Amino acid sequence: MKTTEIAIIGAGPAGLSCAVEAAKAGAKVTLLDENLKPGGQLFKQIHKFFGSREHQAGTRGFRIGEQLLKETEELGVEVLLNAAVYGIYENKTLAYVKDGKDHALRAERIVIAAGASENALSFPGCTLPGVMGAGAAQTMINVHRVLPGKKILMVGSGNVGLIVSYQLMQAGAEVKALIEAAPQIGGYGVHAAKIRRAGVPIYVSTTIKEALGTEAVEGVVIHSLDEKWQPIPGTERTLDVDTICLAVGLSPLTELAWMAGCEFTFIPPLGGHVPIHDENMETTLPGIYVAGDITGVEEASSAMEEGRLAGVASAESLGYYDEDTAKRLKDEIWQRLNSLRTGPFGEGRFKAKIKQLQARRQLA
Amino acid sequence: MTQKIGVKYQGFPSDEELAKIPGVPDAERIKRGPVAFIECAQEIPCNPCEEACPYGAIQVGKPITNLPKLDPKKCVGCGNCIAACPGLAIFVVNGSKDKAEISFPYEYYPLPEKGQIVDCVDRSGKTVTSGKVLRVIKSPKYDQTAVITVEVDQEYINVVRSIKRLGGPEHE
Amino acid sequence: MRIKHHPILNDETRECNATIIVDGKKVPAIEGEPIAAALLAAGIRKFRETPKYHKPRGIFCAIGRCTDCVMIVDGIPNVRTCVTPVRNGMVIKTQKGLGEWGEKS
Repeated sequence: MKTTEIAIIGAGPAGLSCAVEAAKAGAKVTLLDENLKPGGQLFKQIHKFFGSREHQAGTRGFRIGEQLLKETEELGVEVLLNAAVYGIYENKTLAYVKDGKDHALRAERIVIAAGASENALSFPGCTLPGVMGAGAAQTMINVHRVLPGKKILMVGSGNVGLIVSYQLMQAGAEVKALIEAAPQIGGYGVHAAKIRRAGVPIYVSTTIKEALGTEAVEGVVIHSLDEKWQPIPGTERTLDVDTICLAVGLSPLTELAWMAGCEFTFIPPLGGHVPIHDENMETTLPGIYVAGDITGVEEASSAMEEGRLAGVASAESLGYYDEDTAKRLKDEIWQRLNSLRTGPFGEGRFKAKIKQLQARRQLA
Repeated sequence: MTQKIGVKYQGFPSDEELAKIPGVPDAERIKRGPVAFIECAQEIPCNPCEEACPYGAIQVGKPITNLPKLDPKKCVGCGNCIAACPGLAIFVVNGSKDKAEISFPYEYYPLPEKGQIVDCVDRSGKTVTSGKVLRVIKSPKYDQTAVITVEVDQEYINVVRSIKRLGGPEHE
Repeated sequence: MRIKHHPILNDETRECNATIIVDGKKVPAIEGEPIAAALLAAGIRKFRETPKYHKPRGIFCAIGRCTDCVMIVDGIPNVRTCVTPVRNGMVIKTQKGLGEWGEKS
């Protein structure tokens, strides 16, 4: 059976950062990803990232991705692509399918960095072609350079909805409106300001009544909501759109962690059921770590930091770092992580992450 | 329903919000010459503007969620911060000439040309006046963000924040 | 609708260098791009019909998770077109229901 020291599942921002840190420490690292190319969702992030210099703020996401790939290559990380991990079995053995064949890989440590997937929204017509995830549209325009439609309605005013609206316009589409069921805009005001001055109206307390069309989206009816989130009769408006993008949150891709037997806790602000982990990103199963959106949905910057943390901690547990060095490295990463989880937008996530760590302590 | 005012509801800061934040210079300073106008009204974890300023005129400090504070005496209006802001929320305004000059970040295709007369828009995207493009700067250090300067009547110095997009890319 | 010019990603440098056959019609494509991208570029949005009510479906997640975009590719049904790369001469069919196995071309 093929063996490795640290197997990392998912070559997105968390998995790549983890691979870099663990390989830097000297560990033998194998990175598996089901896609044909590594990078996860980083290569569709064409905007400049927030944060500070240590978080590579001001650098566009895809350039950070290119840098991470270069580092994994230079450090000699083994990258298995088109390799879909479908199970974690006894003795930290992974099963995966590559090129239509079954394979097994035994690792001394496993890091699950599987990411998250977009939520759907239920309304009449929601299954019509032309209704898609905002991230799906983002993949199409920024990675494959194809516009999914010309006239867009964006649903959801979190940063994903705001940023993808902007990027759809950069790709040449027209964004007819952005609607938000809550009474306030959810994402950063600066992202909202960009699309407002580009002429996109933002309607808060507004949701979809129905999508129009038989073979594909040909329009949409929206209506306003009252304080109890109930539709207000007579407020219906029809918009001429061919595409409806849903930016209504993400859910952690936790299947492998469930299957492995990790214990979970339910924290809605993090996306629902999330694996319990400690300050080293280690789950309730010794030697199995998690990093990135699987631990609770945040953004790429914090996913990269969590990946680094899991990389340092798993390498330390294999003896590649002494306790003092590891502590220093981990403290630095925690400082950077915490600085991303401050302010009115970060506080909620900060508290939620504390709750997740407390859940670990309560079990111990 | 009456529209509530402010960044949380409209997606851009109201005049009242702008008057309160530490990145916005006063009217007198704007009249004296070019100066940064930082429309960062929410405490988000971000500080590249601080580092981008060669004159030490922008301070964020720790925690990095602090609002950027502009020192209008140190700021010379060089515009280095415009493309450095990941939120595209920094402008440079100059009220010292007959016409007002407004510089802003622009990331759409195609770019306007120097001398072109363009529709100028306010924070809500509404065309409020026409203006002349004075400069279009594309620098490798700006990483694909162009910085455009337009000339408009003085009354629009705190109103105009971008131009109407010049049409999307051609498609097959 | 292919994006020829882009303010951040610059001009498209690739050219259509492949042809795929979609329900008998020739569709230009770029070798290696996902089938779904080539279809969207050609304005095709309906990829399959559901088994029971024959409702149309298209792309939803574009990253291989949701399986809404599956089609019959070279005789194999239920192929996720958003993560399956184009090869010149591929034969693609709108999938009805669960799809039927066909001749491999």
